[in-house]
Amino acid sequence: MAETQKIFGASIKRKEDPRFLTGRGNFTDDVKLPGTTYAVFVRSPHAHARIRSIDSSAAKALKGVLAVFTGKDLADAKVGSLPCGWLLPGIKVPPHLPLAADKARYMGDAVAVVIAESPYIAKDAAELVDVDYQVLQAIADTEKSLLPAAAQVHDQAPGNVCFNWSIGDKAKTEAAFKSAAKVVKQRIVNQRLIPNAMEPRASLASANPATGDVTLWVTSQNPHVHRLLIGAFVLGIGEHKLRVISPDVGGGFGSKIFVYPEECVVTFASRKLSRPVKWTAERRESFMADAHGRDHVSDAEIAFDENGKIVGLRVKTIANLGAYLSTFAPLIPSYLYGTMLSGVYDIPSIYCEVTGVFTNTAPVDAYRGAGRPAAAFLVERMVDLGARALDTDPVELRRKNFIPKEKFPYQTAVAFVYDSGDHHGALEKALEIADYRKLREEQAQARKNGRYLGIGVATYVEVCGPAPSQAAGSLGAQAGLYESANVRVHPTGAVTVFTGSHSHGQGHETTFAQVAAQELGIPIENIEVVHGDTAQIPFGMGTYGSRSAPVGATAVYLSLQKIKEKARKIAAHLLEANENDVVFEDGKLSVKGSPDRFKTFGDVALMAYLAHNLPKGLEPGLEFNTFFDPPNFTFPFGTHIAVVEVERDTGQIKLERYVAVDDVGNVINPMIVDGMVHGGIVQGVSQALWEAAVYDENGQLVTGSMMNYTIPRADDVISFETARTVTPTPVNPLGVKGAGETGTIASTAAIANAVMDALAPLGVKHIDMPLTPGRIWDAIKGR
Amino acid sequence: MTSVTVTVNGASKTHQVEPRLLLVHYLRETLSLTGTHVGCDTGQCGACTVLLDGAAVKSCSLFAVQADGRSVTTIEGLAKDGKMHAMQDAFWQEHGLQCGFCTPGMILSACEILERNPRASEAEIRTGLEGNLCRCTGYHNIVKAVQAAAQKAR
Repeated sequence: MAETQKIFGASIKRKEDPRFLTGRGNFTDDVKLPGTTYAVFVRSPHAHARIRSIDSSAAKALKGVLAVFTGKDLADAKVGSLPCGWLLPGIKVPPHLPLAADKARYMGDAVAVVIAESPYIAKDAAELVDVDYQVLQAIADTEKSLLPAAAQVHDQAPGNVCFNWSIGDKAKTEAAFKSAAKVVKQRIVNQRLIPNAMEPRASLASANPATGDVTLWVTSQNPHVHRLLIGAFVLGIGEHKLRVISPDVGGGFGSKIFVYPEECVVTFASRKLSRPVKWTAERRESFMADAHGRDHVSDAEIAFDENGKIVGLRVKTIANLGAYLSTFAPLIPSYLYGTMLSGVYDIPSIYCEVTGVFTNTAPVDAYRGAGRPAAAFLVERMVDLGARALDTDPVELRRKNFIPKEKFPYQTAVAFVYDSGDHHGALEKALEIADYRKLREEQAQARKNGRYLGIGVATYVEVCGPAPSQAAGSLGAQAGLYESANVRVHPTGAVTVFTGSHSHGQGHETTFAQVAAQELGIPIENIEVVHGDTAQIPFGMGTYGSRSAPVGATAVYLSLQKIKEKARKIAAHLLEANENDVVFEDGKLSVKGSPDRFKTFGDVALMAYLAHNLPKGLEPGLEFNTFFDPPNFTFPFGTHIAVVEVERDTGQIKLERYVAVDDVGNVINPMIVDGMVHGGIVQGVSQALWEAAVYDENGQLVTGSMMNYTIPRADDVISFETARTVTPTPVNPLGVKGAGETGTIASTAAIANAVMDALAPLGVKHIDMPLTPGRIWDAIKGR
Repeated sequence: MTSVTVTVNGASKTHQVEPRLLLVHYLRETLSLTGTHVGCDTGQCGACTVLLDGAAVKSCSLFAVQADGRSVTTIEGLAKDGKMHAMQDAFWQEHGLQCGFCTPGMILSACEILERNPRASEAEIRTGLEGNLCRCTGYHNIVKAVQAAAQKAR
């Protein structure tokens, strides 16, 4: 018994690893079908251009080329627009055809596709497609998009405004600012990032002309979302005729949630040609045409009373959405951003306005953290700037303003009810690990010696586990946000778990099996977790927003309870005992008080399928399905502390230490959670220090490859000190909150706060990210 | 078309190939050894790393014909008799992978680092891995895995 009790919460080696370690993974580009043809897209080199004509005759004449399709061909075939899955009041939703027909609206916008017998031939042929462009004035800059002289991206969205959205009590917030003792203002830019999962996006469609069935392998975080949107909205294929498989997927970080033009086009082409059609992105295409992240420009103000209590926060944000609305684009800078501006603080009044704008840039959507990193960064910078203005220690100011433990569940001024929390607990633990007092002493000493040591603290909360479907629907979601799980016990007692969640690095094949092994008391080796194939799994919503453990694993847990209840009925019948007297422990169903009278789980499973001796009226089989719709979101939180040294003469920043204390509720597998925290930290540190997507004034992406867009390397970063506090959520029976994004949400602010702290003696208060040596140097020189 | 003969994972292979065929495509498409991945088009990410006569190279930056007469080890050739190589096992034990896409190249680079310097320090391991990008792990556990493999080999 002791053995099985340890499975939930144990750092078990991952079940999925051997195939990846030995080169036996099965990523989309690894799938080989007889007769496969290859697609290469012709992309606009201009950010904004009218397509006058496309001459594909030379391409079509090349030996081995099977077809060239243009936007006009797709429009003639009645191919639909890519739908947007989250609609805000008054939002403008311009059409987004899989291949641009009238105008190209960003550099990389696909205007045609070549299908050929080999990828090399397809690439040669794509060079031969002659597109006559009339180049138009472009707008790429977030703020300038709202100027009257700015180029218009869509006729349907005058002034480039996609939506105006607000949250909070405007009048109450204004009153709070009027009576405040101290107000601090700062313009804060949260720069655009390019996700860069290591596996480029890919899709392979195979249509069978005899049956009308289509199978699409695609790098997706949510295969049912792909099936629904491509089938019902874009191509008009019944869901019973479209199977979507997302096999092994090499990282997503949000970028593989969305339905992109390419998977629609290869599916269209496969049906036209009756041949399998494969497309695999080159990295330059990932840079140009994967959905980007962040890109906010904000004016923020924070108000304090005479005791240093925060009385108000006012934020005005312009959010760049790019050239078209990506699948969940409107959600990110609204309900995943404005709602998180209370942070970990008890702030009585908050008001936030967001203007979503179209520009001639790649579409912007969720990237790891999605809205929440921008909110946490803004709040944590403002609190640090407040501490500077009030001449108080940033930790003291945080302690004073934390939501007290006894106030949970806590209603914020911006809609959400935080489920549970202990912000003091996480902070004190992080301070202890870092030895904050000693660090401050070292800093004082270093300053005397002319060294610029900085200590940055970020205390964060995030919203995870989307979502209660009814609430999400009332806020604009065009889908439910429950998760499904089917647990099938086989006649021998082996178990297959079919989940609607999708793992692309998170380790569900292990953690979900841990939940099942724990509940059933059977060896984890006897459990297989299946995900990513709409022909096998129940309708599910997939993986994003750190939802797999709190929503997906909970659905597994609830199906397991149904299994256990039926197993208990069968065992009671076989043991001639009262059902209420049957104890299910350690893989055995025994009679309370008579441990020798028992049936193994395998015995019961076998009888469920033999059906020779079942309780009257009980149907055979042992398999249950659950759709879990959570009653609330979950709110993980924590404290991260960064220590950096800035070299005054060069502006170079050296990472000295990084301490992360996260509270993600109960933990299924600590090793896996730590791993996700490490990776998240590096992505967040990287935003603070290195990464930025840069478009020039003509909308040319000048950071279009790994040579000029910084992806951190092993020697850019250090090893981390991680720890946890545990405050279970009451929202689900597992008490788990979700852990995929914490690192990214906390670390950007922790690093920026550390750098500004280092530069405090030089009078530097704020520098926009990325904090490159050049920018540091300029700030030191007062430029 | 040009004839190439390459020893891949100990077995000699001869094929007629286009002169412009990249080594990585030869491995993945001609030989169906799909453990070697393509993560970029500028020689930056290292997902395509293989050992060419024992040296870690990026197979996206070589033509198949350049491997003529030489010996290539891919991730599929690392395990022997169904038993994982010590580096593979160390990555498993230390959770040095998440999505698994960079893993084959990362492991082969790590093998070469320890081959050259069995007592590599953390800093030397980090420098040695700078040609291999990982977006999931933050490198923390990858470095731990290489250290563990080094420790075990002593």
